[in-house]
Amino acid sequence: MNANKALKSLFIAVPMLTLAACSSNQGAEEAVDQQTNQQQQEQQQQEQSGVDVGAVERQKTPEEIRAEKVAELRQENMIFFAFDDSRISSEYAQVLAAHADFLVQNPGVTVTIEGHCDERGTPEYNIALGERRAKAVAQYLQNLGVSSSQVTTVSYGEEKPLINASNNDAYAKNRRGVLVY
Amino acid sequence: MTKLKVFFITVCALVVGLTGVAQAKLEIVITEGINTARPIAVVPFEWKGSGPKPDGLTEVVAADLMRSGKFNPIPLTAMPQRPSSSSQVDYTEWASLGVEALLVGTIAPDGLDRYTVSFEIIDVLRGQITSGTQVLQNGQLVTSQDHILDARSSVISGDQFRQYSHRISDIFYETLTGQRGAFMTRIAYVTVNHNSDKPYELVVADYDGFNERVLLRSPEPLMSPSWSPDGNKLAYVSFENKKPQIFIQDIYTRAREQMTDFPGINSSPVFSPDGKSLAMVLSKDGNPELYVMEIATKRLRRVTNHHAIDTEPSWSPDGNSLIFTSERGGRPQLYSVNLSAGQVRRLTFEGEQNLGGTFSPDGKQVIMVNRTQGNYHIARQDYPNGSMQILTQTALDESPSLAPNGSMVIYSTTHNNQQVLALVSVDGRFKARLPTREGEVKSPSWSPFLR
Repeated sequence: MNANKALKSLFIAVPMLTLAACSSNQGAEEAVDQQTNQQQQEQQQQEQSGVDVGAVERQKTPEEIRAEKVAELRQENMIFFAFDDSRISSEYAQVLAAHADFLVQNPGVTVTIEGHCDERGTPEYNIALGERRAKAVAQYLQNLGVSSSQVTTVSYGEEKPLINASNNDAYAKNRRGVLVY
Repeated sequence: MTKLKVFFITVCALVVGLTGVAQAKLEIVITEGINTARPIAVVPFEWKGSGPKPDGLTEVVAADLMRSGKFNPIPLTAMPQRPSSSSQVDYTEWASLGVEALLVGTIAPDGLDRYTVSFEIIDVLRGQITSGTQVLQNGQLVTSQDHILDARSSVISGDQFRQYSHRISDIFYETLTGQRGAFMTRIAYVTVNHNSDKPYELVVADYDGFNERVLLRSPEPLMSPSWSPDGNKLAYVSFENKKPQIFIQDIYTRAREQMTDFPGINSSPVFSPDGKSLAMVLSKDGNPELYVMEIATKRLRRVTNHHAIDTEPSWSPDGNSLIFTSERGGRPQLYSVNLSAGQVRRLTFEGEQNLGGTFSPDGKQVIMVNRTQGNYHIARQDYPNGSMQILTQTALDESPSLAPNGSMVIYSTTHNNQQVLALVSVDGRFKARLPTREGEVKSPSWSPFLR
């Protein structure tokens, strides 16, 4: 339940982060500044006592590396569609290539592709349309070498909107394919 | 116009009053069409006992008859008298108000928590002519009673008033229209409350929104409830296992059976008129196709075979064919398929899209969702061919379901950015809305006649 909620907030947070790219970059820069300050302080302390302290990078387990990669891919796990359309726009080529690359390198990992629609049209017809979108994404990944056994699809039609409103902006956000690991 | 306004306020007061008492979640707001209804009077029944009068009965009847769109019960304040039997009626007074028919009656105590309810349905115009006249019957002169259209008496318990009110409404409606009343029916629908950790509920209520019961509460979507012809079961789609599966649930015993778990779409289950089969949509063989499943054996039979989307099956009343939505012509339109010959025929041509078709009970008309210039409205067309009539002006209308007597359509629409249920009469004249207090309400399905 909590994971579900966290995931939901992530869905909301991701587009907001993208929108607020400038401000978050500033935040990142500040963090870097702080880190530099800390390193300088340590260096000063070391110079005073006259010793050199070294360290090695800890080896990450393959699981950790995969988890990090999945977390990274989750940051961009949605692609959006035009009204009554299941064609994948070229602007998502990079995103989908990253997912495909990961899946090819990790044949044991499976992904579920959810197909979603906006609220216009009947719920049952939208289930069919949502499946067509999910399958379009699945086919795209398979064309990039992903095994069909790694990919499952599920259509939620108009039942799980990302934005719960009846306007064009909300509709555009709701017509989506989501890659869920 | 002013008369109508005054009446509308009275109607609101009446409806609000009722819901205040019974705490119903759904309140029906009539938005159009009272002025075309026949004026009648539902006179409060006379209480023959001592102590407080059991109330609500005639209010429920009046609300039923008004919501049918066919009758316009006059407000209590406009009544020239309050007769409790035909012998007390001043026909000239009522006729001068234009009132066509009266419902009068009495409630008398009949033991502990038991009551005798007696009522008469009176034709005012005929009463004006023949009431009190002597006619020859079996060689004897008797007082003419042919203005009394029906008279009945029943003993009920204290908790049966609401149900018995709907029964009286059914009798009144059938007596005056010749068509069976559908007031003792139920609706099933799905509610969604995004603030809840189990947002999706499958709900059954009386047709007027009272006596709501939640049959299933789920963290994942619920879709497409559809009644068995005996009114005992609902088929629906649940995503509780993170994928769509079709279930049948007994609404009385809670018994649930999972009918399908096929890869891909498991959608739109609809009981056949004989209750033995389920039409459904599966995409297990590649893309959405219509199938018919024999419920007892779960044996499947594929009905359509086309690379385009085929979905939303609805049975013809004789069970020999299905109508469905298909994209085979480029855009979603309605088609019919003959189940024995497999012959497919296109039914709709007007507008950009036509979806979600459902037969009227007599099989002579099809109710559907029509899209014209980007607007989704409920529409009606003669079957198999004929001109189309748009019935609604609300926004994003979908999921039409007909009352078992074919008089009204309940459907889902959007009002103030929220999905609500609405009613429209099949002639498009009468319109009403059923708003909720919290969350969305959708996918209404009207039950068959019960009992």
